[in-house]
Amino acid sequence: MNENTKLRISFFPHIRDKASTSRIMLDVAIALLPACIFGVFNFGWYSLLLILVCVATCVVLEFLWDVLTKKKMTIRDLSAVVTGMILSLNLPPKLPLWMAAVGSAFAIVIVKLLFGGLGQNFMNPAAAAKCFLMICFTGQMNLFVYQGVLSTTPLDVLRAGGSVDLLQLFLGNTSGCIGETCAVALIIGAIYLFIRRIIDFRIPLCYLLAAFIYIAIYSLVTRGGIDFTLIGAHMLGGGMLLGAFFMATDYVTSPVSRPGRMIYGALVGALICTFRLFGSTNGSICYAIILSNLVVPLIERITRRKTFGKEA
Amino acid sequence: MAVLTFRGGVHPPRNKKITANKPAKDCYTRGDVSFPLFFHHGLHARPVVKGGEWVSAGTLIAKADGYVSANVHSSVAGIVKYVDFDTIVIENAGELHEEPRLLTRHYTLMEPQEIIDLIREAGVVGMGGEEGYPTHIKLSPEDPEKIRYVIVNGCECEPYLTCNFRRLIEEPDKIVEGLKIVLQLFDNAMGIIAIEDDKKSAVIKIKNYLLDEPRIRTRMLYTKYPQGAERQLIYALTKRKLNSQMNPSDAGILVLNVETIYAIWKAVVEGRPLISRMVTVAGDAIKNPGNFRVNIGTNIQELIAAAGGFVAPPEKVIIGGPMTGESVLDLDRPVTKDTNAILAFRSDPVIRVHQTNCIHCGRCMEVCPSNLIPTKLADYAALSRTDFFRDNDGIECIGCGSCSYICPAKRSLAEIIVSMKRMMTNE
Repeated sequence: MNENTKLRISFFPHIRDKASTSRIMLDVAIALLPACIFGVFNFGWYSLLLILVCVATCVVLEFLWDVLTKKKMTIRDLSAVVTGMILSLNLPPKLPLWMAAVGSAFAIVIVKLLFGGLGQNFMNPAAAAKCFLMICFTGQMNLFVYQGVLSTTPLDVLRAGGSVDLLQLFLGNTSGCIGETCAVALIIGAIYLFIRRIIDFRIPLCYLLAAFIYIAIYSLVTRGGIDFTLIGAHMLGGGMLLGAFFMATDYVTSPVSRPGRMIYGALVGALICTFRLFGSTNGSICYAIILSNLVVPLIERITRRKTFGKEA
Repeated sequence: MAVLTFRGGVHPPRNKKITANKPAKDCYTRGDVSFPLFFHHGLHARPVVKGGEWVSAGTLIAKADGYVSANVHSSVAGIVKYVDFDTIVIENAGELHEEPRLLTRHYTLMEPQEIIDLIREAGVVGMGGEEGYPTHIKLSPEDPEKIRYVIVNGCECEPYLTCNFRRLIEEPDKIVEGLKIVLQLFDNAMGIIAIEDDKKSAVIKIKNYLLDEPRIRTRMLYTKYPQGAERQLIYALTKRKLNSQMNPSDAGILVLNVETIYAIWKAVVEGRPLISRMVTVAGDAIKNPGNFRVNIGTNIQELIAAAGGFVAPPEKVIIGGPMTGESVLDLDRPVTKDTNAILAFRSDPVIRVHQTNCIHCGRCMEVCPSNLIPTKLADYAALSRTDFFRDNDGIECIGCGSCSYICPAKRSLAEIIVSMKRMMTNE
């Protein structure tokens, strides 16, 4: 009856869920598209070139790495594409292409591949690369050109005592990094991620809540009242939302347990505000994220769940 | 009423409709039957027949050897063809010769020990996922007075499986009576028939027979895998959390599968040994999927033929459910007492998955019903770190396979963890 049929065997379970690593990465890439499109619309075609250079550098280097180290091809998982996209959205719109390529190379080779590739890196590659670029090319990384003129970011304007238009911050018609200006585009992407159940609400919620409370207390102490313009500007401006939905939620470098994610989110939010209010504004998101990445093992240890039946 | 369930678990496609709505059919055995003697927990059964001997359906062919062991009976009439330590094969004479039934009184007149003896004689073992643990041992806890709940596990949370559902629908009176027999052993116990809430029709059927049964009630549980796992089921119903070192009976609880209850009914009311059971035959390679009442020992090829055979050559055949069943290389195997399903699929999704590194998404942890961290346990197991594995309670894994099912990186988490656990517990 079964002479010419060949049966396969494998360990249970014999069925698998549809979700896969590459599908998750594809979903993140799709969720980043609105921000990319708006960035190109807001800053011009050169920013599209920057995005493409970052993505291409990441993918090509990972490809070469796999070939040279004779490893299984890993570019199919699309994680390099996502790393490239997130890094490019964190770059100022007129950064020289070679600097973007150097940053991408740092993200992929140093932060990710040298530590064992996907899932093994302890720091968010894009955030680490941005910090690297901030240190190496401080001038260029702080050079924001908007609509043909040299300009300052809304948060720097605020710091210098100027005023900002919250509606413009929300819509994104401001100076800043390519992907961070438009809150609407980022929220659309985030909604997509929530619908596809890619990200857990705990990290962004605690992150934004911590930042909100931090700034509210700050304004209470320094200005004698809650300054909603200040809070609004910080919540919408300077990559706060990009960090909340796309960078702090990176699976690899965030805790796996639910309470751990809450602590981690709150920590990132609080660190961002510390850096922004008492230090420099540009790059504070990335600094806060990579610092928090370092305490993830500690958070995981203290939030370990009790095994079923062994609670007592 | 609060939804009865546990934390974690997965929702694989159920695929039960095709077989759930078809009445079960009989599968007549024409070929030889064979009986493995080793599948029970504990000791092998000892053969009590010799080659060439004539046996009837129901004749004892191997006797329980030691306490944790169970009797084996022939399911057909014929001549013993082959006997060794592991297996007995009987050449089917195709005659309906049946061993005279054990004379029994009405069960309400029996002493508890008499009931347990009948169940032991009949070779009744766990027929769900309990890997054939002898039922008479389960029914003989140290202190029968302390048993508070006898739970009939009718969850059937594995996809495709509908044999318990069909048994509940077709013979609800016998399930209720079987439970009454068990309750007679435990004066302080309450009977609970637990059914997932996607099988409401079974609950309604059962309820018709519970009108004057104050000691038995039905409970509907949230439909989720692995709702039928013993510790998860006990938690959902009683909020008692047990770990691997605890016996349900220590907490005053007994869990018995629907099919086991049916076998108890047969043993005590009809005086018949366990020689047949209900098996689901399904999957996209099967022509006429359905449930079959089949003799234990029947070759699974005969059972598949009874379901119309294959529509296309299968790539994978599974004995048991898709979540925890065993895939087989050849079909020359008998139906055993704990075979609840034969599934045949045209293509195997597992060999087509693309495995990547763990991306720390935490999904395996979310679904683990034992609150473990499968990804870490698998890492420790891969490094053979028994100390870390033990410290992180890898021994508490119930082997449900939910972690492998959900993993987007398609890691074989359950395979690594269960293998490690088996290695460590056999040390």
